[in-house]
Amino acid sequence: MPFAPKQRTLVALKVLIWIVLFVPLAWLVYGALTNSLGANPQSEIEHQTGEWTLRILLLSLAVTPLRRLTKWNWLIRFRRLVGLFAFFYASLHFFVYLWFDQNFVWSSILADIAKRRFIYVGFAAWLTLVPLAFTSTAASIRKLGGKRWNLLHRVVYITAVLGIIHFWWGQKSDHTDPIIFGSILSALFALRIWYNFRGTPRPSPAPRPAVTAAN
Amino acid sequence: MLIRSRKPSDPLSSEITSQSAYEEWRQQKTVSRRAFLGGTLALAGTALVGERLLEMSSPSHAVSAGTKLPNVQKSSKYTTDEKQTPYSAATTYNNFYEFGTDKVDPAKNAGALKTRPWTVTIEGDVQKPKTLDIDAIMKLAPLEERIIRHRCVEGWSMVKPMDGFSLSTLLKQVEPLGKAKYVQFLTLDDPKLLPGERSRTLDWPYSEGLRLDEAMHPLAMVVLGLYGEYLPNQNGAPIRVHVPWKYGFKSAKSISKIRFVEKQPKTAWNTEAPQEYGFYSNVNPDVDHPRWSQKTERRITGSFLGDLKRIPTRMFNGYDEVASLYSGMDLKKNY
Repeated sequence: MPFAPKQRTLVALKVLIWIVLFVPLAWLVYGALTNSLGANPQSEIEHQTGEWTLRILLLSLAVTPLRRLTKWNWLIRFRRLVGLFAFFYASLHFFVYLWFDQNFVWSSILADIAKRRFIYVGFAAWLTLVPLAFTSTAASIRKLGGKRWNLLHRVVYITAVLGIIHFWWGQKSDHTDPIIFGSILSALFALRIWYNFRGTPRPSPAPRPAVTAAN
Repeated sequence: MLIRSRKPSDPLSSEITSQSAYEEWRQQKTVSRRAFLGGTLALAGTALVGERLLEMSSPSHAVSAGTKLPNVQKSSKYTTDEKQTPYSAATTYNNFYEFGTDKVDPAKNAGALKTRPWTVTIEGDVQKPKTLDIDAIMKLAPLEERIIRHRCVEGWSMVKPMDGFSLSTLLKQVEPLGKAKYVQFLTLDDPKLLPGERSRTLDWPYSEGLRLDEAMHPLAMVVLGLYGEYLPNQNGAPIRVHVPWKYGFKSAKSISKIRFVEKQPKTAWNTEAPQEYGFYSNVNPDVDHPRWSQKTERRITGSFLGDLKRIPTRMFNGYDEVASLYSGMDLKKNY
């Protein structure tokens, strides 16, 4: 039997996820207040919020493959929370760009988004998350119906690809970090394709004696 | 991890002109650094702290960063009363890929670079090629402290007191031939001392170049010190050039070779991404970088709220006296 925690444990885990996913923001605020983010803290905050968006987005994409791998179906109950945190950090990143980088000069912001592929790809990635965040409620799932809701939420794959392209184009010459993020995303994709190819996993039969003997 | 005093004590520009006020500020800085070390040494157990402790305790490192340069005269011509970047920021936020690609890497990794003995070979299309010892170079001319604006192509800038003399003083030593049109600067090629040269981030050794008339302009500088002290390794010790009207990457660090050449030399960032970094790379608010605008910059003065507001970038970084070098040239094409 796969491990299945009690309801109380699930609630405790959910609280823990809330706390853990707020730590990066708390750390940045603390760093800004204590002046410990280096000589250019504004740019550090901009980069960190962007990287945390990608990390948390990949974490949300890892929930389903992990669930299938471990058969821990209860993991699905954390997916929305993690996904919403990804949207939260993406919005923070966008806001930091508007404020720190552009000082809210709208003419310059519009020109920047229209002119630079690096910027508009990032903006597009954020934009794709907006409808997902707004349809994340149980009511939305009922309203749209499971099939259509699932189809809509596959957009998150596009978000992840756009996000990593944005990260790649933002680097000067060292692409190690985007390559790491891209590899993780590819591995998660490969797992999904593998599971879809195999079809829905059936309940596994009782282990045969031959297999036990071979071990 | 970064080492910063909690309240960077920036001197006012009016204070910096007075030697005693400057000394006082340096003392305060040392005191606050020591207090910081005492308080949070366990937390901040980094190589940088170790370096600093070594420098403080060992008198044998007579020419390392933190040692005051003798007989520096303040330049009356090349100065500004703009707010200066704190020493801690200028020495912990560096683009020096030979020591890593993060801005904080050079301060952590540059300790291994040995800057004595050090020679600079000046060769190519010259009458008298020479290999000069760094200590001889330091005596070529009286050291002058210029307060200089430094604008990085990434959109941030600093104001720093730099100690040295005009580059032309050094270049005249070898009597350039008439056919020499460009000067190339090469960083030391030694992956043992400059570990970043082991990875293929750029085409090593770092190469930069100037047109001969640019190099001979009195504003182009040989830099041997920073804030009145010997140059820290992460800032390009023991010798770098500084060309304040161009983006920072044009100013090569830890130079071991200077070559006079007929043709425009290959330069590191131009080779890496020619559409982003031109040979001239003069500071120009009207020519955007493909990935960002160059109209404004973040001036780093150590104040979180103060530095939030970006300031307008000026043509030639505000050094209008170099404009005549480019008369008749289309600077949008020759970016």
